[in-house]
Amino acid sequence: MPELTAERPSATLSEEALLEMYWYMLLSRRTDERAWVMHRQGKIPFHISAIGHEATQVAAAYAINRGVDYVHPYYRDLTLVMAIGVTPFDFMMSLYGKKGELSSGARQMPSHFGAKHLNIISGSSPVATQVPQAAGLAFAIKYRLSQGLQSPDDTSQPRLALTCLGEGSTSQGEWHEGMNWAGVHNLPFICLVQNNFYAISVPLEGQMAVSSVADRAAAYGVHGISVDGTDVLAVYDAMKEAADRAYSGEGATLVEARCYRMTPHSSDDDDRTYRSREEVEEWKKKDPLVLFQKRLLKEGVLTKKLIEEYEAKAKAEVDDAQQRAEAAPWPKPEEALGDVFAPLEEA
Amino acid sequence: MAQMTLIQAITQAMDEELARDPRVFITGEDVGKRGGVFRATMGLIEKYGPERVVDSPLAELSIVAIGIGAALADLRPICEIQFADFIHPAFNQIANEAARFYYRSNGQWRVPMVIRSPYGGGISGALYHSQSVEAFFAHVPGLKVVIPSTPYDAKGLLKSAVRDPNPVLFFEPKKGYRAIKGDVPEEEYIVPIGPARIAREGEDISVFAYGMMAYYAEIAAEQVAQEGISAEVVDLRTLAPVDRDAIRNSVMKTGKALVVYEDNLTLGYGAEIAAIIADECFEYMDGPVKRLAGPDVPGVPFSHPMQDFFMPNPNKIADAIRDLVAY
Amino acid sequence: MATKVIMPQLGESVVEGTVSRWLKREGDTVNEYEALLEVSTDKVDTEVPSPASGTVLKIYVEEGETVQAGVLLAVIGEPGEPIPEADEGGTQDHHGHGGNGSKQEPQPVAAPAKAMATAQSSGSGYTGHITPVVARMVAEHNIDLSQIKGTGRGGRITKKDVLAYLKQREQGDVQDLPPWEQPGDGELFKPTDSFAVQTKAQPAPPPAKPVAPAASPAPPSPTPQGTPGELVQLSNIRRAIAEHMVRSKLHTSPHVSTIFEIDMGAVLDHYHATKPIFAKQGVRLTLTAYFMAASVVALRENPYINSQWTDEGIYLHHAMNIGMAVAIPDGLIVPVIKNAQDLNLMGLARAVTDLAERARNKQLHPDEVQGGTFTITNHGVSGSLFATPIINQPQVAILGIGKLEKRVKVINDAIAIRPMLYASLTFDHRVIDGATGDAFMASFQRVLENWRE
Repeated sequence: MPELTAERPSATLSEEALLEMYWYMLLSRRTDERAWVMHRQGKIPFHISAIGHEATQVAAAYAINRGVDYVHPYYRDLTLVMAIGVTPFDFMMSLYGKKGELSSGARQMPSHFGAKHLNIISGSSPVATQVPQAAGLAFAIKYRLSQGLQSPDDTSQPRLALTCLGEGSTSQGEWHEGMNWAGVHNLPFICLVQNNFYAISVPLEGQMAVSSVADRAAAYGVHGISVDGTDVLAVYDAMKEAADRAYSGEGATLVEARCYRMTPHSSDDDDRTYRSREEVEEWKKKDPLVLFQKRLLKEGVLTKKLIEEYEAKAKAEVDDAQQRAEAAPWPKPEEALGDVFAPLEEA
Repeated sequence: MAQMTLIQAITQAMDEELARDPRVFITGEDVGKRGGVFRATMGLIEKYGPERVVDSPLAELSIVAIGIGAALADLRPICEIQFADFIHPAFNQIANEAARFYYRSNGQWRVPMVIRSPYGGGISGALYHSQSVEAFFAHVPGLKVVIPSTPYDAKGLLKSAVRDPNPVLFFEPKKGYRAIKGDVPEEEYIVPIGPARIAREGEDISVFAYGMMAYYAEIAAEQVAQEGISAEVVDLRTLAPVDRDAIRNSVMKTGKALVVYEDNLTLGYGAEIAAIIADECFEYMDGPVKRLAGPDVPGVPFSHPMQDFFMPNPNKIADAIRDLVAY
Repeated sequence: MATKVIMPQLGESVVEGTVSRWLKREGDTVNEYEALLEVSTDKVDTEVPSPASGTVLKIYVEEGETVQAGVLLAVIGEPGEPIPEADEGGTQDHHGHGGNGSKQEPQPVAAPAKAMATAQSSGSGYTGHITPVVARMVAEHNIDLSQIKGTGRGGRITKKDVLAYLKQREQGDVQDLPPWEQPGDGELFKPTDSFAVQTKAQPAPPPAKPVAPAASPAPPSPTPQGTPGELVQLSNIRRAIAEHMVRSKLHTSPHVSTIFEIDMGAVLDHYHATKPIFAKQGVRLTLTAYFMAASVVALRENPYINSQWTDEGIYLHHAMNIGMAVAIPDGLIVPVIKNAQDLNLMGLARAVTDLAERARNKQLHPDEVQGGTFTITNHGVSGSLFATPIINQPQVAILGIGKLEKRVKVINDAIAIRPMLYASLTFDHRVIDGATGDAFMASFQRVLENWRE
């Protein structure tokens, strides 16, 4: 575990920022856990979890210009999108499929995040489709800069595109084509691979013949970093480096954050069929929320009292979100018919 | 009015749109210095620079996906797929992604992009340089599919496509690139996406076609006119969303419908036109809805006799018209 | 070659005309297009121009006689040339049995008349394929397809053929026949002013001269002179009824009636028990539904009752399309329950109520009053005990239901009070013998008196 030192970008994080990051990890964890409960109660049809990925995701969010830079997430990015501005209520609404749900108006399954006002791009279910699109977003940034449509130091505009995916998804041709564009055109692009060692049931060795996804960066002429995805500050350092490269026109970065999916793939999965309990228990010792909490306690940023306050606040927020979402109205059936084509006047 | 070829009209449309809107850019294989293998982007890199006329890596999926990303970021990409036959690797990005963004984001994210691609046979292109792929895409809600058959429409529709807030597949009948000539006005105009064009009015039979087949249908209609047969030719122009009113109005007038397309017969785009007619015009029918299309084989064969056998042409269309009129 | 003069068909719904005056006599010479005679029909009075120049060789139909369209009226030719006999060359006899006569009748002289004869039963003599658009145009424009020459494959009548026909019909130029051999459609000789009046049932001032005899379907019935009264203009439906009644009773079917008395106790028990159950399902149960249901059984057991006379033989209908006479303000209309054999009591009740209601509201579709194979008329609702209704052509029988009332009956030598009604079957004696008619009624009675479902 790296120490906080002056050379590292994470050393510059304020106490306030560290507490916020802790708060989003906690809020995401409690929201996520509630979703599992709701699923087992039969209240919702589906949930896919981010538990175990919180450190990677919150660090990624804090390393970029949150809510401004383009983020093209994948389905496991609950902590990432919550750190950017998606609320437990938004997520609860998507779990129930209630009217006006933020991502899709309840047309998509939960965890297919999307929020225009936060520059979170809407995602689909086939994996890696977002990677070449995110390269396109980065291409657009570079294009706007080259055409004088955007000023390089205007922080109110997106200056990089971040996309996330699991390590299994890097087997897709779409990942390759997106990385290739990012390299060829030297795009302000970050591809964050959250390597949790399983593509549903197939372990890493079944997906690639290299031990680290970051090894592949060289093939695309992009910068590659591999980092411990359970360590908030380590990921922050890696992501900050990638973001700075993007902002300064140095090009694309491939970041591999190695973490563990502490739950089954989704509410429909049973991970006991493909991995041992011992392995899971071993990883639980590296629960990123616990690790970060210990660290902040040790640093004196967090206190037991504060932890209790945060827990109570998170529970209250999740309770409130669930209650409001449960009480919210259903969409009208005919909302199924809307938004096939954007009207012409929007052009 | 200037006489120009279909492809000149397409180039001119892109030229004008690049000049009009700085968000418009072109990408695709060989679109830069080469000016496209069909020369559709000829002269544009010189005029607008390599940042706006971008040679892509040789990978169709990413040509489309980069376009989608750029469109999400409010640019106006024109993506060229060198041959429609090569569009299939990008199918996921087009059908699963571009088509569904607006719907799946509850209207938050839209994809204003154009995917241009030459299609169709009769040019000795064999299985992989002759395909008609429009039916795949016309099936997917959220995509607009446009196929012009005249220089005037090609220019006006392509300009509309660039300005449309939705993904538009713009398929160009490549056999007609230089064979089809027509008047194109000097002044600015657009042709709206949606309405069909009555290419020729008639009383006895409606012929529905698009692209090269619309061009051929007009020739065939002229042929049978010598024999006293009055054939109406409806150039659909926009395949999705299709102009149902135009179809209805024409069939209700003539009572007979022939649908011509150069794709394989079964489940080709014309099958849907036939279904619309059967569905909405039954009481006006004075004969079966007929389709004239390519046979159900995996491609247009290379060798001339086989290629000619595959392809509908004006004579085959004229025969089909005669046959149905005689019913 | 002698030229035949035939009774023109002066309107689509017009099947006959009356020779009101011959303008030429036998032996007179006449020029083509010169007026030859005056004809009255229930729609128009008109002069008939001569189809040829020559001498009137023979007049077959005297003034005042009414004959069917297509009947040979006269022959024009060169003096001394042989003339056809009246029953030769496809003429009909003067009373125009329309092909339903008891003997094998010669074919009418002109195609239109033949068409009309078949049109009475099937709507058309055309047997080729009819496309949807042609079917629709036939319905919209009241077209007899047998009058159109098909130019499509295998002689199919195309939309274009129908359009050409309609255009010519408008221009009064159908085919190459002279006008008096052409079928009319009512538009052809459309009266300029009286048509609108016809549709209104308001009293009109008595005309200065007697109205045309053609106003009546029967031989001339002049308006009474010097007798106080008022003239009610004939509605189309009244004209149609009148024509049909005369044709059916006087010109077509020899009517015979048989009357049974039926004990309705079992039906009424069932009716009172079932009516509220049906009502919950939104169906109004009436006794008519029982009569329908019993008729279905009786027709199945006695198929000749559900038949039709044709020149070739007796045509037994497989479908039981049962008409039910419904009184409406200006007459009577007979909506038809198609395929009644497929309906149970609830289906019949639903159909009966629906059709009766829409008949009264004038919302029936044309095809809902066509195609009947048997008819029931419930005249009892207006108090009638029994009646002998007229057969609805081309059917062969009609069932009359009399008033339901409690009567004293002797049952097992005891006097009982039972709900009774008289039911009559009036049938076409050409097709149905007395025993067959009685067998039908016995079936009908048995089903009702032993009702159970």
